[in-house]
Amino acid sequence: MNPSAKARAAGAPVRADISKVEPGALLRVKYRGQPIWVVRRTPEMVANLASNDSKLVDPQSTVPQQPEYCQNPTRSIKPEFFIAIGICTHLGCSPTYRPEVAPEDLGPDWKGGWHCPCHGSKFDLAGRVFKGVPAPTNLVIPKHTYLTDTTVLVGDDGGQAS
Amino acid sequence: MSAEHAQPSGLLGWIDKRFPVVDVWREHLAEYYAPKNLNFWSFFGSLAITVLLLQIITGIWLAMNYKPSATEAFASVEYIMRDVNWGWLIRYLHSTGASAFFIVIYLHMFRGLLWGSYRKPRELLWIIGVVIYLAMMATAFFGYLLPWGQMSYWGAQVIVNLFAAVPDIGPDLSVWVRGDYVISDATLNRFFAFHFLIPFLLVALVFVHIVALHRVGSNNPDGIEIKENKDEQGIPRDGIPFHPYYTVKDLMGVVVFLAIFSLVVFFAPDFGGLFLEGPNFQPADPLKTPAHIAPVWYFTPFYAMLRAVPPIADSQFPGVVVMFGAIAILFFLPWLDRSPVKSMRYKGPISKFFLGAFIVSFVVLAYLGLQPSSDLYTMLARVFTVVYFAFFILMPIYSKLDKTKPVPERVTS
Amino acid sequence: MRNSLFILVLLVAPLAAWASGEGPKLEHSDIDLTDQASLQRGAKYFMNYCQGCHSLQYMRYNRMAKDIGITNAQLMENLLFGDAKAGDLMTNALRPEDGEKWFGTAIPDLTLATRWREPDWVYTYLKSFYVDDSRPYGVNNLVFPDVGMPHALAELQGVQEAVYEHGEGEGAAAEHISELELVSPGTLTPEEYDNMVRDITNFLTYVGEPIKLERRRIGVYVLLFLGLMFYLTYNLKKEYWKDVH
Repeated sequence: MNPSAKARAAGAPVRADISKVEPGALLRVKYRGQPIWVVRRTPEMVANLASNDSKLVDPQSTVPQQPEYCQNPTRSIKPEFFIAIGICTHLGCSPTYRPEVAPEDLGPDWKGGWHCPCHGSKFDLAGRVFKGVPAPTNLVIPKHTYLTDTTVLVGDDGGQAS
Repeated sequence: MSAEHAQPSGLLGWIDKRFPVVDVWREHLAEYYAPKNLNFWSFFGSLAITVLLLQIITGIWLAMNYKPSATEAFASVEYIMRDVNWGWLIRYLHSTGASAFFIVIYLHMFRGLLWGSYRKPRELLWIIGVVIYLAMMATAFFGYLLPWGQMSYWGAQVIVNLFAAVPDIGPDLSVWVRGDYVISDATLNRFFAFHFLIPFLLVALVFVHIVALHRVGSNNPDGIEIKENKDEQGIPRDGIPFHPYYTVKDLMGVVVFLAIFSLVVFFAPDFGGLFLEGPNFQPADPLKTPAHIAPVWYFTPFYAMLRAVPPIADSQFPGVVVMFGAIAILFFLPWLDRSPVKSMRYKGPISKFFLGAFIVSFVVLAYLGLQPSSDLYTMLARVFTVVYFAFFILMPIYSKLDKTKPVPERVTS
Repeated sequence: MRNSLFILVLLVAPLAAWASGEGPKLEHSDIDLTDQASLQRGAKYFMNYCQGCHSLQYMRYNRMAKDIGITNAQLMENLLFGDAKAGDLMTNALRPEDGEKWFGTAIPDLTLATRWREPDWVYTYLKSFYVDDSRPYGVNNLVFPDVGMPHALAELQGVQEAVYEHGEGEGAAAEHISELELVSPGTLTPEEYDNMVRDITNFLTYVGEPIKLERRRIGVYVLLFLGLMFYLTYNLKKEYWKDVH
């Protein structure tokens, strides 16, 4: 019942052209049958991240849900581009992108992030999980590397994360 | 007893020498004595068999046209709905039948609670029934992936990820169940295989269920053992032969059931999005979860319990344990009830209150499981999860304490 | 038990009312599947304005023609484009990748649009485009915020602008759209436009489940038959049971 050789071979890295992503917008790329998100964060979005820290489970990203080079306050290689596997760490739904600030349903403290439609888990714009929701850990950041300024390779980082 | 009957001759005699047709007919139909006071609640056993047969027959016809492949499954369902002769009817019968099966089984199980049909000597009969219920749930779960719509995909995604919550082996276990790292073609293929297989196991289990029933005899609304009061010929005084009395009565029940069933199939097959959910008319998209996902209604009480349990030490496992525990606890019911009487008719107000609270909690949890999560709903779900379990866990205490009414010698009508 | 059920109703009723208050209000489409003229107009509008991008890939031309009362000759002449055959599925030449390139998302097939959304949603959606310069095509939609689709019927409807209302609270979050105002009329009057959108919705509702009318018709006979069966089995049961006391 384990995956066949075909399924095991399907994990080839994918390239994404990120030049056309507008500021604040989210691009979905398929990698290993899963959604990979590329978000181009605006400077305000990046600046707002730190204000969430006290409400997060793991603000310093100590749980290894990311390659070492993304264990930083923005959880990314470049602060502007956030790249993550768009699968909730709770039960695997793909959370909804909610970039707006303080919408009615998510409360006045909401600085943008993701809300999971299945069980209500919330993540900030660095994919860090909020306290008091079912998801236990931050979103997973896949291995990735920039081939050029506008092309990113997801699934391979040339062995940087040992 | 069979010595009194004349030996059959001709073809029947030839067969009967080699296979006990006549004995089976007598033992299980013509001379199987059922209590004469069975009421409305006793229809649901024969109705469950009716729906099971309906599901198997329509299912085989669907399988003749369905393609269990991630690229073709969704389109093949629409092909059945549009291009196959009477395909729409077969599909609606099957999709409505799935919900009808659970309605019938839930009422059948409620009857068991009401009449104390799980009590000695029917413990094993009850346990076989719970196994049937589990097999049904597995069949429904596997079947729900097959249309390969958005709800199919994300529902399976969530449920399979529950296995990943099992400590240590979890992640490997969920990969093993899927046959891939995500829900994929391989998953669909194997779910189809299981969805086809388990119904035949169900038939075997139903057979065993009936064999066990006919060993201990049918219960009745009074919870009295009619076998304890027999006449000179050894026939229970309160019993009447199953055939023809209950065959004609159940036949009438089947017709009434089919009429209600047809109302849904022909006039509201979606049933307001409960039997066929809107998002499942969109093909599965692994990149986007629909804005609101919920399992089909018959799973939602357990799903609400899963959501109600907060993660403990970063693990979802306690929620999973509670969810499966809610079903597993049914196995122990025969030994939890310490009341001196069987039927709710002769039990006291405390037992009646707890049964009422249990039914209310089941219905409320089913409703909550269909709704998006919110703080208020989560709190309500917690309260009613406690009520659900209290019905079972406190039963040894309250069933013993409770007042009872005297049980009559003979059944009442 | 009766008391607890009553309490349950008290408990759940306000919750249900509260939960249903989400999302913008949908207008009643008031469609009629038996109105073949409306279905035919809807089919024509769909072919002219929608099918360039949206396919109906599970629907066959000839089935549609037969069901909504178009003769084969009319079908060949007016609705079949290129080398499409009468028995073909109503697909179009676009590939999913094209949609992603042009609109940032795959263009959905609309065969089942009225089944995963309600007909009222489709009707309201087609009426709810408004000017929003922040969007790539200059329009946004009330019932489908940030939709990738341009307003294909803008020429007919005209241009709508949003009227904002200041609700409770402060800042931009408290602003919300109260209604849409037609600022420059299109080639159709609002009433004509509503009728057109109704015809399209009607047609798409038919396409979502072509068997719908037929299934209800058959259902009546099935119920009549079962009514007769009930009469027979009820009397059979009564006859057998008259000697059970």
